[in-house]
Amino acid sequence: MTFFSAKRALLTAAMAGTIVASAVPVMAQDDTIKVGILHSLSGTMAISETTLKDTMLFLIEQQNAKGGVLGKQLEPVVVDIASDWPLAAELARQLIEVDDVDVVFGCWTSVCRKSVLPVFEELNSLLFYPVQYEGEESQRNVFYTGASPNQQAIPAVDYLMSEDGGSVERWVLAGTDYVYPQTTNKILEQYLLDKGVAQEDIMINYTPFGHSDWQTIVSDIKAFGSEGKKTAVVSTINGDANVPFYRELGNQGIKAEDIPVVAFSVGEEELSGFDTTPLVGHLAAWNYFMSVDTPENEEFISAWQDYIGSTDRVTNDPMEAHYIGFNLWVKAVEAAQSTEADAVIDAIVGLETPNLTGGMATMLPNHHITKPVLIGEIQDDGQFFVVSETEELVPGDAWSDYLPESAMLEADWTAPINCGNYNTETKTCGAAAQ
Amino acid sequence: MLTHLRNLLVAVLLFLAPAAQAQQIDIAASVAAMAEASLKELATIVTDLAATGDPAVVPALTALGDGDLYADETTGRVLIQRGSTVTDPVTGEHVELGADADLSKIRVNNSLRRDIAAALAGMTLMSDNPATRLSAANGFLANPDPANIPLLDEAIAAETNADVLRAMQNARALTVLRDSESSIEDRQAAVPLVAGSGRNAITILSSSRTDAPEELVASINAAIAGLEQERAVWGALQNVWFGVSLGSVLLLAAIGLAITFGVMGVINMAHGEMVMLGAYTTFIVQLTIRNNFPGLLDYSLLIALPAAFLVTGTIGVGIERGIIRWLYGRPLETLLATWGISLILQQTVRSIFGPTNQMVIAPTWMAGSTEFFGLSITYGRFWIVIFALIVFFMLLLVLNRTPLGLQMRAVTQNRRMASSMGIRTPFVDAMTFGLGSGIAGLAGVALTQIDNISPNLGQNYIIDSFMVVVFGGVGNLWGTLVGALTLGVANKFLEPYAGAVLGKILILVLIILFIQRRPRGLFALKGRAVEQ
Amino acid sequence: MLTQALFRALDRKAIWVIGIFLAVAILVPMANLLIPPGQFGHVPTYLVSLLGKYLSYAILALALDLVWGYCGILSLGHGAFFALGGYAMGMYLMRQIGTRGVYGNPVLPDFMVFLNWKELPWYWQGFDNFWFAMAMVVLVPGILAFVFGFFAFRSRVTGVYLSIITQAMTFALLLAFFRNDMGFGGNNGLTDFKDILGTPVQAQAIRATLFAATAIALALSVLVCSMIVNSKLGKVMVAVRDAESRTRFLGYRVEYVKLFAFTVSAIMAGIAGALYVPQVGIINPGEFEPGNSIEVVIWAAVGGRGTLIGPIIGAIVVNLGKSWFTTVFPEFWLFALGALFVLVTLFLPKGIVGLWKQIFGRARAAHPDTTPKASADIERGEDPATFGDAQPRPAE
Repeated sequence: MTFFSAKRALLTAAMAGTIVASAVPVMAQDDTIKVGILHSLSGTMAISETTLKDTMLFLIEQQNAKGGVLGKQLEPVVVDIASDWPLAAELARQLIEVDDVDVVFGCWTSVCRKSVLPVFEELNSLLFYPVQYEGEESQRNVFYTGASPNQQAIPAVDYLMSEDGGSVERWVLAGTDYVYPQTTNKILEQYLLDKGVAQEDIMINYTPFGHSDWQTIVSDIKAFGSEGKKTAVVSTINGDANVPFYRELGNQGIKAEDIPVVAFSVGEEELSGFDTTPLVGHLAAWNYFMSVDTPENEEFISAWQDYIGSTDRVTNDPMEAHYIGFNLWVKAVEAAQSTEADAVIDAIVGLETPNLTGGMATMLPNHHITKPVLIGEIQDDGQFFVVSETEELVPGDAWSDYLPESAMLEADWTAPINCGNYNTETKTCGAAAQ
Repeated sequence: MLTHLRNLLVAVLLFLAPAAQAQQIDIAASVAAMAEASLKELATIVTDLAATGDPAVVPALTALGDGDLYADETTGRVLIQRGSTVTDPVTGEHVELGADADLSKIRVNNSLRRDIAAALAGMTLMSDNPATRLSAANGFLANPDPANIPLLDEAIAAETNADVLRAMQNARALTVLRDSESSIEDRQAAVPLVAGSGRNAITILSSSRTDAPEELVASINAAIAGLEQERAVWGALQNVWFGVSLGSVLLLAAIGLAITFGVMGVINMAHGEMVMLGAYTTFIVQLTIRNNFPGLLDYSLLIALPAAFLVTGTIGVGIERGIIRWLYGRPLETLLATWGISLILQQTVRSIFGPTNQMVIAPTWMAGSTEFFGLSITYGRFWIVIFALIVFFMLLLVLNRTPLGLQMRAVTQNRRMASSMGIRTPFVDAMTFGLGSGIAGLAGVALTQIDNISPNLGQNYIIDSFMVVVFGGVGNLWGTLVGALTLGVANKFLEPYAGAVLGKILILVLIILFIQRRPRGLFALKGRAVEQ
Repeated sequence: MLTQALFRALDRKAIWVIGIFLAVAILVPMANLLIPPGQFGHVPTYLVSLLGKYLSYAILALALDLVWGYCGILSLGHGAFFALGGYAMGMYLMRQIGTRGVYGNPVLPDFMVFLNWKELPWYWQGFDNFWFAMAMVVLVPGILAFVFGFFAFRSRVTGVYLSIITQAMTFALLLAFFRNDMGFGGNNGLTDFKDILGTPVQAQAIRATLFAATAIALALSVLVCSMIVNSKLGKVMVAVRDAESRTRFLGYRVEYVKLFAFTVSAIMAGIAGALYVPQVGIINPGEFEPGNSIEVVIWAAVGGRGTLIGPIIGAIVVNLGKSWFTTVFPEFWLFALGALFVLVTLFLPKGIVGLWKQIFGRARAAHPDTTPKASADIERGEDPATFGDAQPRPAE
């Protein structure tokens, strides 16, 4: 690390002082493999992303204890994107060009991914993105280890429609006004209409980031839900706004038995911020829960808690995504015997690694992975009780079948298609990808 | 009397469920089977137990629904655990746990909870506890079934508690209204009762309209028309309440700033962080209480109030003495320095407590809601409104009726003159800033009840706080009060039409336009002192 | 008359500053393009973009300084003008993507396609034309500033009230641009640009050109500001800053002076934003954050307000520090940044430039005739933006 800072200091000197000083002194072949970690450690997103940075450091330490990769030790390079998205692009470029990292794990928000995406494309490097997202994207240099909408939203709605879930007939789609909820709700709305739900039985509501006054909206939901038909809320409300939302639900006496709320952005980490007693029975859909009872999970949790030095720390879905992504990358590097981006991209498709819920995660040609979908009910200890689980692993779908513009698109990064937006009707590839 | 009724109830239930009669099951065995049952098997067991109609199953089912039913992994026994007492679900006897006992919760899901509630409603309608009877009656209201009418009639005849009686009558009226077997007269008679049943009457009525005969539809429509008029009025009042409660949050957030910024002229960008520190103090106080004096948990917020005031007040005095005092006369530079302070405070808290949210439990007296005529008022919000007003008037009292307040006003009006009169202006400055910061800390205590406790907490309130103070008029506490409430109510009236986002934008535009009309805010200071 | 103004503007200091940035505009791209990588003197492409970003920030800081340091208007909303200019540029770049978007729609940007928009909204029309877009870069922030300023200054909204309503303005725009229904891409903003003027934005030559353009724009901004502050109007601006009422009583239309400065400054900020966007590759509503606008104020303060070179130095130094700290001490950089602001306000009230003058001023005390006249004016003046009733003021 010291050696590293020295190099950085040198670079900074170059930046600060003169234009003349050369910043290129790429040192002789290092005997470590560098892994970039691109998460927000300050600003609004720090609340979610700091844990992921720790997770990556933890995974790298574990791998190093096992002897590293290709006989070399892994060396983490941490930067703070400070919830500032132009800065994310700048730091991504710096990680790749200056620090010479071979792979980057990072980003949480869609805007962060969108901001760094051109950089990874231009410099041909690798990004593993660990969070559930809106789909409608597949890029050669990016691996999406979080859920796409068909791996989270649609199974959750299916569950609520089923008899077990309460045969829900009216739907409130409540979300924060940004691209993930907008897209997810578009997909869900179309899906519900296809399933025969009437337009007037769907209520869509958007709120700003960090919305904290939910009185009106919760009382609207209450009114909407008391018209005789069984009602559920599908929440794509983003992190910070959830605490006040659930508090208001509890205070206005909306119980899970009456109007269940199924959330896609509320996990163990978010729940550790409040008393869940009034929330028992509300649901969340994820691909991993800390409470899943498998030997892999038990081992992961205890090793993580040892590493972080606290038995109170929880694990969550994006952590598992990083776990899977990291292991897939290690396998791909070992299969390719190289950390070169092209070699890894070729080698990684089709590789599989155990996930923490007892299944196998396979990297698909569209750079998404297979995942189980779990529906859990919130318990009073802040954990989830799994009430439903898909029987088979669900392959991630880059392009939703429920949006007219993307239904005919497909992503396949293997020969002969080798493209992120292949049009199955015209049999051509969009112009952007090569 | 009650035992008699209970026997009768059992008879009725047995009569209603001939299948259960045929296969009388062993309650103890069924309960014991819960230990290893899957969700589906649990559902069958619950149905079977309910079908027995035997009051002996009530404790087990109640515990299962509440999540208090446990299986001892070592012995395989099913037990009820509430707090530290462990009882047997069938016999009700106290059980001593073995040293190697390993209790794991028998988990249920929503649909099972609903089944249990429906089953229990029939069995607990005759309970001795009015609260249990009330929830049973509400259970019937939620699942109207004509088969229950005789049961309700029995219960209504025996009921003495007015609230419970009303709930039962509502449940009965609704059931009759929905029942196509009942006579038209009975159903018509039920309409006014349902109409008077509370906030959801309209929706209940309109959903009963679908397959009703014509003459009934007419009377339902008339009832709805009457209700809708009433609801328009209550809806507006409800909105006012929402607005007042939003306004009180704004008031709390802004009132400390009205001191540091409004009175002292320090553009205090670290104000939000003082609020955040108040919230963290609450968190620590509650944590300490939970670990050491669990009995006081319900009062932890009250105990946190002075603690938060002292902590943030002291930090405020420290900031004033260390930094602000060098910057008097250069107000815009205070903006820069306090912005720096706010970054440091945020990062300090993040380093100490981590970036994730912390938990502050709501005391029981702040949970839940009540119906006040047509209004639904949540206790949490209600207490925050009261608290905001108390803080406001206390502050007014301090400023207008104490020597310190007098000195504060003197110093801010004319520093040199005050100094010449023998007022220790540095001391007064420090106290004023400490007071403003301390009040921000108090706001932090209240905000733990509605918002995240994270290092970013303050950032969410700083802009709103400045808007409130400027809108109300810098240097005038009454302006802050009126400003906060106006903005709160206006926001809530715009929200239904424009949506939450657009509503907020409109409010900001209105503030900008308002400042054009009254460049010094709602309650402007008058006189020459104002002009630069 | 113009030549006269130009002549007056080019005092020795201004010539130096302009000369330096013109030289930078030529030398850095040359060092990037002509010297092969690995050889001494080569400037890597990523450094070119980074420096370009700093220089566009410097234009923004200079724009703010024109209104704050010289005219006493503390705007906490300059980030909004910057972002609007950026959005205008971003919209042009989005239209240039054409059929290369993931859905291959020749007209609609991707985010509109997947939100089911059927046609381009009216306010997106014309942005496929570079010159139209450039006109909008100037006009949108300019007109907003003119309208906003016209009403605010006419109503004599001053001091902290003005600061707060400019903050309200940028906050309202932030919320508006976050809305996906606005048609500006919501939180994701505009990104994944492909071409500018028919050449890929990622091409080395384009990056170098953009950098050169930014450096030249900065040099021109210094020239324009220098012309303004050295003109008679500039003197009136300083008068407004130091004693607004007195200036008004002397017969000057204070509101028009302020309006002029505010509008020119907003246009400069818009141009800075337009240069910023293609170099960082994204524009999103985060640029409207009130915190960003406050940071701009801090750059100007750190460098030294009421001078032309100060805000430029401030913007570059603070952002260099930010880039450095976020990589070297990711966990602690906020401490360093926060401490910097506190220390600068406490110990360097006139910023880095003030420190410079303090050190060299002493050396020059022996030759008083060389002290520049303009800076003497400023040092004599009261704090540029005193407000409120709590401060002791010299008798009026």
